Amino acid sequence: MAEKFDVIVVGAGMAGNAAAYTLAKGGLKVLQIERGETPGSKNVQGAILYADAIEKIIPDFRDDAPLERHLIEQRVWVMDDASYMGTHYRSEDFNKPPYNRYTIIRVHFDQWFNKKAREAGVLTICETTVTDLLIEGGKVVGVRTDRKGGEIRADAVILADGANSRLAVKAGFQPEIKPENVALAVKEIHFLPQETIEARFNIGEEEGVVIEMAGKISAGMMGTGFLYTNKESITLGVGCMLSDFKEQKVTPYELLDRMKAHPSIAPLIAGSEMKEYAAHLIPEGGYHAIPQVYGEGWMIAGDAGQFVNGLHREGSNLAMTTGMLAAQTLIELKVAGKPFSAANLAGYKQKLDDSFVMKDLKKYRRMPEIFHKNKQFFTTYPDLLSKAAQTLIRVDGVDKKSKEKEIRKSFVESRSLFGLIGDAFKFWRAVE
Amino acid sequence: MSKIEEKLFQDRYRVDADRPHIQIKDAAVCAKCRNQQCTVCCPAGCYSREADGTVALATDGCLECGTCRIICDEHRNVAWEWPRGGFGILFKFG
Ligand SMILES: Cc1cc2nc3c(=O)[nH]c(=O)nc-3n(C[C@H](O)[C@H](O)[C@H](O)COP(=O)(O)OP(=O)(O)OC[C@H]3O[C@@H](n4cnc5c(N)ncnc54)[C@H](O)[C@@H]3O)c2cc1C
Ligand code: SF4
Ligand code: SF4
Repeated sequence: MAEKFDVIVVGAGMAGNAAAYTLAKGGLKVLQIERGETPGSKNVQGAILYADAIEKIIPDFRDDAPLERHLIEQRVWVMDDASYMGTHYRSEDFNKPPYNRYTIIRVHFDQWFNKKAREAGVLTICETTVTDLLIEGGKVVGVRTDRKGGEIRADAVILADGANSRLAVKAGFQPEIKPENVALAVKEIHFLPQETIEARFNIGEEEGVVIEMAGKISAGMMGTGFLYTNKESITLGVGCMLSDFKEQKVTPYELLDRMKAHPSIAPLIAGSEMKEYAAHLIPEGGYHAIPQVYGEGWMIAGDAGQFVNGLHREGSNLAMTTGMLAAQTLIELKVAGKPFSAANLAGYKQKLDDSFVMKDLKKYRRMPEIFHKNKQFFTTYPDLLSKAAQTLIRVDGVDKKSKEKEIRKSFVESRSLFGLIGDAFKFWRAVE
Repeated sequence: MSKIEEKLFQDRYRVDADRPHIQIKDAAVCAKCRNQQCTVCCPAGCYSREADGTVALATDGCLECGTCRIICDEHRNVAWEWPRGGFGILFKFG
């Protein structure tokens, strides 16, 4: 392809589609390259879509985006092998449009989003893997693909190639991912009749529920489980840090099967038909793991730049926002007739710092390390909480004061008083 | 069928026959590897321990997650690339 573009976007996921769409709307000539058969065919997500991020890019997305259910209820469960203890928050306020959070099926959503980008003027080519960046005199000037004669040139390249950014590593823009900075998630999608889902979760048509899970479900590893209701299916899965996975003997699919067999989960998916099993990485290193995200003629957006808020399970919205901000930076420079040099692209970093993306990641910067070093949050506490609840609830002739004493004793024996206070402090520091 | 095969049976692939996108660099290194953690961590069960102490890799069921490359951080013994464009796992739902 001898044609030259203003910008090449690598990837047609959340970040890539947001960047390509914004660039084309801004009048730039954009080529987007995706290795999947179609946009989305390589992508995995839970998945919750946060309306705010997509709304800033496509304000009327609700008109035709493939949305499954809007969420009206959030359940958080702390689990041991036999029980869960949880909080449920459900509000009619979540039933008032415009809705704030939706479940989506990722492949369907990516196809829709990419169609919008193409309608805006983006040229998307699929089934093409970018193998290298073309670098001349320290400046990125294009990409090399696995197609015949596959060198293509552009004034800038946006790497929106996801959690395994091979291109950034190969070009030396960032080091190989460390096991302690990334989680592996496995998930399945289970189909059930719509009425069955609505009856089991006590919801109406189009209403949805999220269950977030912690505790024994991660087999002592730093990790969490999730379950989301779609229109005619349920998505559920579990993710744990790779640094923990590599030190133990449970396979990811055993972990998922144990979760599905849990007495609180099994009835929710009983009689369903499993139609797909998927696995994907989630960058969880947080603020301190974010690499250099721009240079001479290149920028990084989305998972490739580690833009994920692990605690709140937000990734797609950060991907869309960073993609959009990268695009806006290029549009402004183009309009001003300025080159896409590193000095000028520093404006992207400034935009990131001013947005919720970096503010949130900075707020939770201590969290990954604190959880890594304090496995009791995933091992000892779920058990203690469950036992405490049982002790209090069971009516067995023991007086309440003695029961409270017993609970206090069980906590102090497992963690010591200083340990407990220290943990409370650590938890507060992690999320403060 | 084993548990993992039952799962992968539901998935859609276009296999690039005889062109594995992941390879073990040196079988002798695996034979001496302490945990052989790839045999536990791969979510598609692509790595298996052989009777002679080495590790065999069959990439047909690969979900392209990247785990095997990242957890082999002591030996860096996994040569890992994406499949050619259009090949490999093709998620229907993701
Ligand atoms: C199980 C799971 C649950 C999640 N749940 C949520 C959730 O509920 N809410 C939320 O907001 N986020 C969630 N996330 C995170 C969210 O999915 C990601 O943050 C988001 O997908 C990142 O978008 P991206 O565009 O950066 O990367 P991706 O979506 O991974 O897109 C990267 C794209 O680049 C392509 N590509 C890569 N390399 C090349 C190459 N060399 N050549 C050509 N193309 C290439 C890929 O095929 C892909 O299409 C979840 C993630 C997982 C795994
Ligand atoms: S972890 Fe690496 S070195 Fe060890 S057995 Fe697996 S591939 Fe071989
Ligand atoms: S990339 Fe993931 S699925 Fe593929 S072989 Fe490696 S660990 Fe297994």
